[in-house]
Amino acid sequence: MVEMVTRPYAAAFEKHALANPDVLCLSADLTSSCEIDGFRDRHPEQFLSLGMAEQNMLSFAGGLGLAGYRPFIHTFGVFLYRRPYDQLMASVAYPRRKVRLMGFLPGVTTPGGMTHQAIEDISIMRSIPNMTILETGDASEVESICEAADSIDGPVYCRVLRGQVPRLFDSPIKVGEMRLLSDGDDVLVVTAGITTEEAMRASDALKQAGVSIRHLHLHTIKPFDAKALLDHIGSVKKGVITLENHVIAGGIGSLVAETMADAGVGKKLIRLGLKDTYAHGGSRPYLMRHYGLDALALVQGVDQLLGMPTGVSEQDLDAVRVEAVHSTAKAEGL
Amino acid sequence: MSNRKTSSEIALGIRRRVFEHSMRNNGGYLSQACSAAEQLAWLYNEALHIGDPTLPMIPKPFEGVPSADNPDYHTGAGYNGPFTPVHDRLFIAPAHYALVAYATLIEVGRMAPEGLDMFNKDGSSVEMIGAEHSPGMEVHNGTLGIGLSTGAGLAWGRKKRGETGKVCVFMSDGEVQEGQTWEAIQGAAHHGIDNLWAIMDVNDQQCDGAMSSVMEVRDIATKMRAFGAIVVEIDGHDIEAMRQAKQEAHEGQPLIILARTSPYQGMDFLKKRFPRLHYVRFKSEDERRDMNIAIAAELGIEPVQLDQH
Repeated sequence: MVEMVTRPYAAAFEKHALANPDVLCLSADLTSSCEIDGFRDRHPEQFLSLGMAEQNMLSFAGGLGLAGYRPFIHTFGVFLYRRPYDQLMASVAYPRRKVRLMGFLPGVTTPGGMTHQAIEDISIMRSIPNMTILETGDASEVESICEAADSIDGPVYCRVLRGQVPRLFDSPIKVGEMRLLSDGDDVLVVTAGITTEEAMRASDALKQAGVSIRHLHLHTIKPFDAKALLDHIGSVKKGVITLENHVIAGGIGSLVAETMADAGVGKKLIRLGLKDTYAHGGSRPYLMRHYGLDALALVQGVDQLLGMPTGVSEQDLDAVRVEAVHSTAKAEGL
Repeated sequence: MSNRKTSSEIALGIRRRVFEHSMRNNGGYLSQACSAAEQLAWLYNEALHIGDPTLPMIPKPFEGVPSADNPDYHTGAGYNGPFTPVHDRLFIAPAHYALVAYATLIEVGRMAPEGLDMFNKDGSSVEMIGAEHSPGMEVHNGTLGIGLSTGAGLAWGRKKRGETGKVCVFMSDGEVQEGQTWEAIQGAAHHGIDNLWAIMDVNDQQCDGAMSSVMEVRDIATKMRAFGAIVVEIDGHDIEAMRQAKQEAHEGQPLIILARTSPYQGMDFLKKRFPRLHYVRFKSEDERRDMNIAIAAELGIEPVQLDQH
């Protein structure tokens, strides 16, 4: 079984912040929800509570950047860009302040429903000039996200996983690179965040069914190495499938589609993810099944791409982790 | 000091320059010069502790927006002096006051008069709505309500670093309709940011007309005090009152000076257009001519030689 790591962000942030005195910890009333409550208690001089006032917080962070600080803003992803979008643009992104936007609960990782689910954040952030986008897919990436984000000369938006996080990789994020998780030559699967674990399970099952999967995991979404992706696309015979915890418009599905179109690549592409829909509140496994973001959805995508059933069944995928929402971990994330 | 202009003289110079510019260019932000001339003159001439300009007297053309590919990018902050720990910073929160701010820079010898000729010309950095790279601008403020928050963040950072330079935000009263202004005051008070102060041009005007007709904001002094600021209300054309207001103790709290002003101070002719004063355009050549003669007389100068149209 995959190793589960508890609250990897908490220790990682504390370590990074203590080694970097110009790093400040900002919070908007979601301090324990973003795993920085211990940091607040132990290092109050490096912590700033800005309350439920995100518009002020984003501009304030811009001012801190002007003073030479590197604020890490901690809140749920949605609250970093929906209400304070204007402030994000004018006070942070335009002047390239070194503000690190740590967005927790990406996509359907919260049962909080529409108001809490950042399902279009990548799309928004990709269109903002000067913005860098990183996404964590496992505990090693969460453990290295602070250092990776803080290496960027400009603003960074990070999709951060919290709570019980599986360890899938044994190396940290290297900004600008991508991970090749299996090197098959039939179908290229591109994933990021929590969909990577799903695709890892599916690709093992598909391999046994005779379908060779080349699997790429993205932790750096912007800037993006198009040439590396094109090389991988060139290595597969049948086509490409993207699977993302996000709407398929503007996310990594669009990123791959644009890359293929720009290069004139004529292969099939299937984009899996939220299809022009909001989600509602529920457990992560339920939502991933309901909206087609899980391993089974990927298998069905492969069936569609190949034009024939692979024969991989739900039972074959039964290694898919199911988390009870009513566990000892914070259940609803509020 | 005897050969230096007084703040009143500078204020008159600001009105004259903005008037002449608006006449020549068939309109402009005239009423903002009327209401804010004394405040900006006083800030640059007396209130702010700022060093000599670090950028050329004649502004450079637009050199691109901030990006990783534009390493030489700089803001217009250098016209307000070097960014050193002991010096103050100034944010012009209502960026549409840019014309008035540029005129001020000229009057206080921080920009050459030719700079105003570049106003709102394609390819110029002297933009109509002050951009971050425009002379005297330090951050983007074109979207109203973000200036005080940014100032608060900078001030908090400077205080933590032990820098003595303060942060001043020149504000406009329309900004109090934005929720962010209240978030900023509440946040600055919560964090005891007392190296932050603001002077607000309370001219009761906004784009659509009188503020009371657009969105009644009620007693902003009382509201600001309730949110945690120290507030002093003054006549915004009385420079001695500004000097005294600045002395108000505000330990642990931001100071906001509410400068109550008239949008046609020094140009009574503009009263005829009340309450549509946000951006003065001439309705006819006759109006332009009448205004040229009348306001020039009020300002003690010759009418502007107008081009034939």
